[in-house]
Amino acid sequence: MLPVITGFIDELRAAGVPVSMVEAIDAMKAVETIDLGSRIGLRETLRATLVKNLRHERAFDIAFDVYFSRVPMPKDRDAESDPEGDNGPEGTGGEGATGGDGDFDPNQLFNALLEALAGMDEESLRRGVRDAVDRLAGMEPGRPVGGTYYLYRTLRRLDLARLEAQLLESLAGEEDLTELDQRLLREEVESLIEKLREEIQEEIRRRLVADRGREAVAKTLRRPLIEDIDLMHATSSDLAEMEAAIGPLTRKLAARLARRRRKRTGRLDFRRTVRKSLATGGVPADPQFRHPRPHRPEVWLLCDISGSMATFSRFTLQFTHAMANHFSRLRSFAFVDTIDEVTEFFGPGTDFGLAVSRITTEAEVIWLDGHSDYGNSLETFHNRYGSQLTPRTTVIITGDARNNYRPARDGVLAQIAKASRGLVWLNPEPAAYWDTGDSAMSHYARHCTSVHEVRTLRQLEDFVETLTLPAGRAHQNV
Amino acid sequence: MDFDAPIRVAEALRSANYLADDRISQVVFLAQRLGKPVLVEGPAGVGKTELAKAVATATGRDLIRLQCYEGLDEAKALYEWNYKKQLLRIQADVDHDWDSISHDIFSEEFLLTRPLLAAIRATEPVVLLIDEVDRVEVETEALLLEILSDFQVSIPELGTMTANTQPLVFLTSNNTRELSEALKRRCLFLHIDYPDAEREQLILEARVPGLSEHLAAQVAKVARSIRSLDLKKAPSVSETIDWARTLIALSVEEVDEEVLGDTLHVLLKYQSDIERTAKELISAPAT
Repeated sequence: MLPVITGFIDELRAAGVPVSMVEAIDAMKAVETIDLGSRIGLRETLRATLVKNLRHERAFDIAFDVYFSRVPMPKDRDAESDPEGDNGPEGTGGEGATGGDGDFDPNQLFNALLEALAGMDEESLRRGVRDAVDRLAGMEPGRPVGGTYYLYRTLRRLDLARLEAQLLESLAGEEDLTELDQRLLREEVESLIEKLREEIQEEIRRRLVADRGREAVAKTLRRPLIEDIDLMHATSSDLAEMEAAIGPLTRKLAARLARRRRKRTGRLDFRRTVRKSLATGGVPADPQFRHPRPHRPEVWLLCDISGSMATFSRFTLQFTHAMANHFSRLRSFAFVDTIDEVTEFFGPGTDFGLAVSRITTEAEVIWLDGHSDYGNSLETFHNRYGSQLTPRTTVIITGDARNNYRPARDGVLAQIAKASRGLVWLNPEPAAYWDTGDSAMSHYARHCTSVHEVRTLRQLEDFVETLTLPAGRAHQNV
Repeated sequence: MDFDAPIRVAEALRSANYLADDRISQVVFLAQRLGKPVLVEGPAGVGKTELAKAVATATGRDLIRLQCYEGLDEAKALYEWNYKKQLLRIQADVDHDWDSISHDIFSEEFLLTRPLLAAIRATEPVVLLIDEVDRVEVETEALLLEILSDFQVSIPELGTMTANTQPLVFLTSNNTRELSEALKRRCLFLHIDYPDAEREQLILEARVPGLSEHLAAQVAKVARSIRSLDLKKAPSVSETIDWARTLIALSVEEVDEEVLGDTLHVLLKYQSDIERTAKELISAPAT
């Protein structure tokens, strides 16, 4: 057992999960006290001792599936459902699945799965899944793949849409359903289908491990942690997962900004100091200070939503949307080559998808040709909203500062910075690319309180930590 | 009372009216076996605090609770010298020389124990609940480290006090800030999320007497549906329990659009959330 667990810990570390020496020892001790017969017990034991952050659980789950895959079913049962089981792992299992196979009836498999899902029968579901992977995945031994394609192929051949429709029908029964019931039923079916998908994926991984060994499969499956994925190149599934992480992040930001400073930083209270000095014969030995006013953060967000920023702007808008739930004094603006206020689209409780589509249809963010023009956007912003900036306003601009070689007009930015508490620029490009080509970053950077490279969720988190500094102390990153 | 398997934990918690899933019972089992604190994280209202209470009930231990807040310090969390009593002691006894008095007034008699020290000094095993630990500042967190790793408290005047019995420690966090690595390293980590519909149905049946199986299933499914929306505050388990109780009080047998529309305010606490949910789930406004 010991080598397997050290291997598992190595894999976690390789995937980026920080596992300290103490935690590794804890895991070993914990494993000694538990009953190793239970796979779930082992999984939760390792999880509790090794993973201390919710965001690392995905990496943990993948590694666990690979290192501690479910014990294969006894041979005789396999043979019963799979006449080709005797061919061995290096045999022609893959070809058999795609080739003509006399006694295989796809309808029978389909019905078996349908029945298993409808009756929530785990045992027969698992058997059905094994069958499905045998017949439909067409796995080829020895190929260094992660199994995504096999999953896709199996699902396509299973005709998932039909399965979903029939499942809906069989669960609905005879009665007429109200719309609410229909919705609940649909969600029930979706969760069942999701379960089927997970089972199939696990089965495929199990076979990959049997074929190529743990280390090799784990290496293929290894992906960067969600906080290290480059926002400019994130896939839509990455984005969906990041969106889940944004919620807690904005809550953190709100908590940090609202935190009262506990130090005595208020101004000298002259009257009370003199009053107190009477006790010491007129010597002001104990200076009194006013209580600092509780801080009500006011944040204005300016997002570049032009084409070159597509992935990133979706992310920043998501962040904006999440922030709107926590800050009553948040105003958001979107720009391409001119700027418009979009605060109302992002009010609390609004739907994110709807808000985004309203921005593209209702907000006036395009003036001439729809290519980024920071100069004009900033100038319009200053003309229209500049007078409403107060010394308590923190202005955050997100964008790559790629200006299509138009005039930067950074003088406006200086005025904006002067009128506000702080001006922060978040740039999703690697700092090394700033000022290359049409990027006007350094023109703008010199007027900002701080400039941050925000390519990953982790960098956004670091930024959240620094934003809490009072404007005067915010350190320059550039 | 000691558990010899995770399944016993689940059974004991069940008798305390708490339905634990595999993860929860495994971690509680480990906590007791390894003598390590458990850091419980998750959204508000999923039963983090409830877990500690249920463990206390199930094991027959006393529960000592430390509610954390911003500005919590040593004097409120660990111990404090009872200086009024010390003053009295000095004044009552003018004949003795200073040395003997000063030695005397720093004895256990003049010590006011606060929750953490109380847990250490308890003669019977206890459950120590440190609630909402993410609310204290990072510096205050360090106070907890000695207790959590060695179950001891150092008092300069008295020396080190070690626990008589090993307390079971639960820390809860709503994740408003990242806890320090040092703290996390000393704990077992347990993330509790909203239960799936099946488990929520069981929880409802256990917690709400008189709730029919059919209605419990419906309530659980509606809750799942609402949680899938993007809301300011998703309904917590305690709110679904409240809702189920409301339905019973109104002698509702079947959840339909009208009932849902009338009682939505029990589940959701923001007007914008209520409007949004009504729009999504209730197509025709109730007449």
